[in-house]
Amino acid sequence: MKYIDEYRNKGLVIKIADRIKKISTRKVNLMEVCGGHTMSIQKFGIPYLLPATVNLLSGPGCPVCVSSRKFIDHAVALSRLPNVVIATFGDLIRVPGSTSTLDKEKAAGADIRIVYSIMEAINFAIKLPEKKIIFLGIGFETTAPTSAAGIAYADKENIGNFFFLSSHKIMPPAMSALIDEGVKIDGYIGPGHVSTITGSGMYEDIAGKFNLGVVISGFEPVDLLQSIYMLVDQIENNRQEVAIQYKRFVKPEGNTKAKQLLEDVFELKDDWWRGLGILPKSGLQLREKYARFDATKNFEVEIEKTIEPKGCICGEILKGLKTPKDCKLFAKACSPQNPIGACMVSSEGSCHAFYKYNRG
Amino acid sequence: MNSNSKILLGHGSGGKLSHELISDIFLKYFNNEILGAQTDSAVLDIPGRHLSFTTDSYVVDPIFFQGGNIGKLAVCGTINDIAVSGAKPLYLSCGFIIEEGFALTDLETIAKTMAEEAKNAGVKIVTGDTKIVNKGKCDKIFINTAGIGVLAPEKKDISFGANIKPGDKIIVNGSIGDHGIAILAARESLSFQTDVQSDCASLNDLIQSCLASSENIKFMRDATRGGIATVLCELAENKNLGVIIEENEVPLKDLVKGTCEVFGFDPLYLANEGKVVMVAGAQDAGLILQKMRSHPLGQDARIIGEITKGHPTKVLMHTEIGGRRIIDMLAGEMLPRIC
Repeated sequence: MKYIDEYRNKGLVIKIADRIKKISTRKVNLMEVCGGHTMSIQKFGIPYLLPATVNLLSGPGCPVCVSSRKFIDHAVALSRLPNVVIATFGDLIRVPGSTSTLDKEKAAGADIRIVYSIMEAINFAIKLPEKKIIFLGIGFETTAPTSAAGIAYADKENIGNFFFLSSHKIMPPAMSALIDEGVKIDGYIGPGHVSTITGSGMYEDIAGKFNLGVVISGFEPVDLLQSIYMLVDQIENNRQEVAIQYKRFVKPEGNTKAKQLLEDVFELKDDWWRGLGILPKSGLQLREKYARFDATKNFEVEIEKTIEPKGCICGEILKGLKTPKDCKLFAKACSPQNPIGACMVSSEGSCHAFYKYNRG
Repeated sequence: MNSNSKILLGHGSGGKLSHELISDIFLKYFNNEILGAQTDSAVLDIPGRHLSFTTDSYVVDPIFFQGGNIGKLAVCGTINDIAVSGAKPLYLSCGFIIEEGFALTDLETIAKTMAEEAKNAGVKIVTGDTKIVNKGKCDKIFINTAGIGVLAPEKKDISFGANIKPGDKIIVNGSIGDHGIAILAARESLSFQTDVQSDCASLNDLIQSCLASSENIKFMRDATRGGIATVLCELAENKNLGVIIEENEVPLKDLVKGTCEVFGFDPLYLANEGKVVMVAGAQDAGLILQKMRSHPLGQDARIIGEITKGHPTKVLMHTEIGGRRIIDMLAGEMLPRIC
């Protein structure tokens, strides 16, 4: 299949893996910060192909995993209101809140619908004028522009029964915070989709300030291995720079139209990240001019007290300090069908990917 | 399961939650030596005769899709459950639960398809039941079918996979995931179109011709809900043996592969309605493969892997790029109501 098979060519993969083995002398920790990368790496069995000197870490790249339980608790509380329909990506449906999940609320009678885009949720609002549709917006710079486009559309079409609960976040503050916290990283595998929107400029700080290479990578095995090669090459030659491997999509300036849309609809707020705490200006909230869509401002609900699970080390796993195998709960009390931490629920979560592909 | 738990859609996925439900409730109360074997069909040892007996309910949404409808599924599905036990399916029952207001023309279309499919497969529908419920009390139409087949005594062990051993080959009769993608495409809420047809088909003829060609077929399952991954995981666990498959050998249509890439599905877990996973002795695997390929429903048949002594209870896959990973049972639902 075109655009897939070329990047999964076994001969090429093995050639690049051999090259990495040839040049790698120092022990390095390379971190990816994108759920898509976490999944690809495990799904294709990439660690199996790397030399012992190259260790891959999974960072806070799964939006569901880094979000607070409070976000789920808020959605659960909203779902219990009369005439409310919660429209959400499927990933969120089983994420544990403090005492419930959207899945359980659905079984108990709440109207919760899985959608693949914000536009589907807006169409529900048009079709069901007697209901209030609340879309749960989650994700980094990749998905935030589609939310922004949806809000702008709902505004233009004057849709009065559509609302938005935001858990959108932006990636660079987390990448800097990790290094500030002293996590031992020798290079970042930069997020491909996020960078398609933002461009590569925003990582210059990381390369300059923290002396750390960033290679923005695609998602296929050849992409990832080439990016790993580029990072190892930088480290072996004492260079630290921002480079783009995923050139077929990522431009240095990014997608200016999407960036403009983001700027128009959202403003930055301080936001809580699992494992990292509150990071200044790391979350996205609707600007005042779109307040009529903001679910936090239009529905009064009591949100239960947030209870974080005991024994769960999602926070440390998200920082790359520990791996899922270090967790006492992993594959015992915590599994995909009975998840305790968010990292086990999302298909992009480290624990889920580890559980599914790498217990062998 | 604690006392205030409720049924979730995941309990119907065919994956881990379904297994828990079956063992925690149904097996707990219904258990006997026949049910306890948890085979696709019950193998009944009635003096002078071995019978295969099975039942299945169909709630697919939507009821019409590319390559079939709920009626065709109800006939093929039950025929296949009997056929994979090694038996020759003979008789079906069918029970309809129909929502008030359902179009008679649609019912007729469904009944006609069922008749055609049963006739093609050489099976008779011999008893039935109809219930109508108030509007909103079921979704359009649900169908239950049960079936009976006769089993030659020497095929009795196939259901249980009693003779499986390391080195045996795993064969699939064609491309996987077609049904899952056809249903996904037919759902109104997803605005995407595809030409993928459901593979919904009665496999009894293909299976009988394979059985006639070799006495070394040791186990068969039709890979419906949960896909071939679930079949292989159950096999590895029940037999306490390992399974290794080669990703490059698993037949997959480009259209299905592409759709999976977009939606993030793993085709190994997608539902099929016309695919049998067969375990056969290595010496006969080539012969069986040839037999399959000469049948219209097996032209893309492939040997996808083998049974191993190493890594018992685990299914591993050599990925297309030469990496290696585990294949696990599906947790939760991927797509509800696919059959």
